[in-house]
Amino acid sequence: MKSWLLQRFTAVYMALFFVYFIAALLIAPSESYEEWQVWMRSTPMALATTLFFFALLGHAWVGLRDVFLDYIKPFVLRLVLLNLLAIGMIVMALWVVRILLTGGA
Amino acid sequence: MDYYRDTTLLSEPMDNKKIVSRPVYLNLLKIRQPITALASIGHRISGVLLFIAIPLMIWTLDTSLQGPQQYQQVVTLYDQPLMKLLLLLLAWAGAHHFFAGIRFLFIDIDWGVDLVTARRTAGMAIGCGVVGVVIALIVIL
Repeated sequence: MKSWLLQRFTAVYMALFFVYFIAALLIAPSESYEEWQVWMRSTPMALATTLFFFALLGHAWVGLRDVFLDYIKPFVLRLVLLNLLAIGMIVMALWVVRILLTGGA
Repeated sequence: MDYYRDTTLLSEPMDNKKIVSRPVYLNLLKIRQPITALASIGHRISGVLLFIAIPLMIWTLDTSLQGPQQYQQVVTLYDQPLMKLLLLLLAWAGAHHFFAGIRFLFIDIDWGVDLVTARRTAGMAIGCGVVGVVIALIVIL
């Protein structure tokens, strides 16, 4: 898939999730740990939030890659930074999976 | 002069010596950028800020779900003045990125490309960023 298209699809999903998330917090804010974790650990919310972070990471990958390509000219430095970025993204994605999809180890 | 507009380049005869003697860079801080450019660079800056905030977001999610005590730790942390300041910055970044991004999506489908509309929506996106900070300020305080 073209990164341009990935940028747009992830943007639309994130926008929808973000509006829902903010609206839910404004209408019925989680006032306690119990309420918060019941909400976040419900299957639909855990899945939707995981998907949100995947979209966020994919979106940020494309965006940051463009920023790096624009401003970082030395080839080796660019290569190293892009690799570090990619590793960071993968680690953060796994972190989210561990939090939301494993029942909290 | 706060606004560079090099019309001489077009009106003068093409003289290679003259062109060589002209400065080869433009000081971006001295150019008064059009509002569409401000919305655009704001989109990039806010995007980088939001990227930097991703680990904080995930950490917050992680810690807040670990138990009542950890949840309380997060609440206490976000009560710090410095953290509130950071939240205001992120509120601007989030709101600006959100609205300027929606503007870009519309431009992708050829809506609002003409200069008048493009300028107006750029101003709206920048304004929404400010409104985002104000709303965050009200919620936080």
